[in-house]
Amino acid sequence: MTTTDISEAVDSTEVEHEHPSDWQYIKIALILAVITGFEVAASYVSLGDVLVPLLLGMMAVKFWLVITWFMHLRFDGKIFKQLFIAGLVLAVAVYTITLSAFEFWA
Amino acid sequence: MATATAAPVAHETHEEHRTSTGMSNTKLAMWVFLGSECLLFGGLISSYLIYKTRGAGLLVPTDVFDIPFTSVSSFVLLMSSMTMVLALSALRRGDEALSRVWILTTAMLGGVFVGGQVYEFTTFLREGVGFTTNPASSAFFTLTGFHGVHVGLGIVMLMSAFVMSSKDKLHKEQSETLEIIGLYWHFVDVVWVVLFTVVYLVPA
Repeated sequence: MTTTDISEAVDSTEVEHEHPSDWQYIKIALILAVITGFEVAASYVSLGDVLVPLLLGMMAVKFWLVITWFMHLRFDGKIFKQLFIAGLVLAVAVYTITLSAFEFWA
Repeated sequence: MATATAAPVAHETHEEHRTSTGMSNTKLAMWVFLGSECLLFGGLISSYLIYKTRGAGLLVPTDVFDIPFTSVSSFVLLMSSMTMVLALSALRRGDEALSRVWILTTAMLGGVFVGGQVYEFTTFLREGVGFTTNPASSAFFTLTGFHGVHVGLGIVMLMSAFVMSSKDKLHKEQSETLEIIGLYWHFVDVVWVVLFTVVYLVPA
């Protein structure tokens, strides 16, 4: 493989992308702040069995917004997303099994 | 005169560095590291969930939580993530002075968060919840303490970037350095997103 071939191969794997504007980042931060406000408000209201799934849902939305927008997973190479998701899924699976073994859910 | 012309050449040399995968090795390494950090924090969170009600007849952390105070701390850390991306965005545009302002703001917000955590720990100690009081408190202090140490390390990285930039060693061409510090900082933030809900808001 010549130097030109390597250079072309490298160029083809690098995906050029537009970075979000500062205003977009500020909007995401505002959404995160509002969701946090809702989370705190929900913890003070008697919502019964709905509370925990609701809190976990809002947490998941915040988590996703941070990793996709602030950590640029939405715009970067797929391999970065795959590496992080692999660690995350492994962690969730391992510790769900561990907590089950300790009868945490009982 | 010679010094003035030497600096841009050094930047270009750094930018020219390419890898066989077409991706930055350091960025790849940071993502692998962050993936492994999920396992570390997963273990600590699981330990806390198992032990959080085991108070041995004494107060447990959930008895002395100050949710409004911790909510403000969470807001501060979330906003630090915003200032971090603004710092990177400014550097990518070549606006190094503005980037320095945002880097310093991020570090200061991180400092406020850590200060809040120290205050919280001190209050808990006064209330009678120490590290060795019971399994619940040990698990709580270990989990949140580890997170606090991560924030502290992030502040050290940010201050290093600030010093580099002040010494004219962090330019648009080296924006990846700041991006990698940013990845670490956002990860620390995202871990707190989970901790705030699971530890503080979900009822025992």
